[in-house]
Amino acid sequence: MHNFDFVKPSSIADAVKALSGDGAQALSGGQTLTPTLKQRLAQPSVLVSLTGIAEMKGVCMGADGLSIGAATPHAVVAREAAKDYPGLAALAGGIGDPAVRNRGTIGGSLANNDPAACYPAGVLGSGATIVTNKRKIAADDYFQGMFTTALDEGEIITGVTFPVPQKAAYVKFNQPASRFALTGVFVAKFAGGVRVAVTGASNNGVFRWTEAEAALSANFAAAAVEGLTVSPEDMIGDLHGTPEYRAHLVKVLTKRAVAAAH
Amino acid sequence: MTTVTMTVNGKTVTGEVEGRTLLSGFLREGLGLTGTHIGCDTSQCGACVVHVDGKAVKSCTMFALDAAGATVKTIEGMANADGSLSVIQQSFQDHHGLQCGFCTPGMVMSSAALLAENPKPTEAEVRHYLEGNICRCTGYHNIVKAVLAASGQDVPAVAAE
Repeated sequence: MHNFDFVKPSSIADAVKALSGDGAQALSGGQTLTPTLKQRLAQPSVLVSLTGIAEMKGVCMGADGLSIGAATPHAVVAREAAKDYPGLAALAGGIGDPAVRNRGTIGGSLANNDPAACYPAGVLGSGATIVTNKRKIAADDYFQGMFTTALDEGEIITGVTFPVPQKAAYVKFNQPASRFALTGVFVAKFAGGVRVAVTGASNNGVFRWTEAEAALSANFAAAAVEGLTVSPEDMIGDLHGTPEYRAHLVKVLTKRAVAAAH
Repeated sequence: MTTVTMTVNGKTVTGEVEGRTLLSGFLREGLGLTGTHIGCDTSQCGACVVHVDGKAVKSCTMFALDAAGATVKTIEGMANADGSLSVIQQSFQDHHGLQCGFCTPGMVMSSAALLAENPKPTEAEVRHYLEGNICRCTGYHNIVKAVLAASGQDVPAVAAE
């Protein structure tokens, strides 16, 4: 690993200031960034840890829905969101392994936008709002392709607000070595319709399967997507699965998620 | 170099570290606590698991400076005050939950975190919780038996998966 200065501000204002310098990089748990630094795939001159900022931590239910501080670890979301949004809590409780869940954070996961990460599916599938130090960004505008987001340079995610659906579930097909989703599907049923978000499958990162949304909005049953097909075009192909295999998984996992939704 | 202070196994310790110094490196090279093992260095294997403020973390994937002010417990802090093995450690010995022993510090620390959260886990819960700890010797059966026994439960014939 190349060396860098390490700072750990205790307020959002100090973090923004620290990130405005040349070569500064945010660290929010570091379960992806630390291995990346070890491989010398990133060379920041200053690493700014965001996990010491009290105002960016915690889970609370409000008028707009369930708000989660960006520096809240997965294990805390799994525990504290279980009553208000069990589908999301279960997603958080299935990320990585217990030690990873004690360090990795929702903000870190969303800022990185790994194409096989779980949280992007939960956030896009819920139609959540990403709150930064500057603005609020709708999930539909936030995810812009593999490892690409609407965040500006130096902009920090401070929290995420989730409207709570009537029913939801996330089902992923694990890549057993990395425990990332080979493909994962989040289904959320709201009074106004159903949202279906797919991670791990597309070369463009997380996406909404709009045909399934229309079918499930008319009839929220696994059989409703039976007649639909998913194109393997633009799906990820690697040694773990072909594009056709992932396209197949999208439909299978959507049906399982509908059956599991509660 | 920056000065870092934390509590490790009940003692306040201070050392000089670089920004890039990992918690695992500080424990091993800074403090000489070589019981924390580095297996993969890519956060896959779990041999480096320690407790930070009571939570299991992979110390190879946390910077020493991120642990400033924290309370850290390593395998060296697991034995009883009189030097005898803790219940979990003794159970690993009794049930032959190790062969080469390389993964054992991480296994013991993860098991202790599990039993703190869930004092009477099922066999499936033990296996699920230890997903992030890799052992290449035992085939896991005796580790699972050891954890179930340490929780005070009867140890059934653990089924092969």
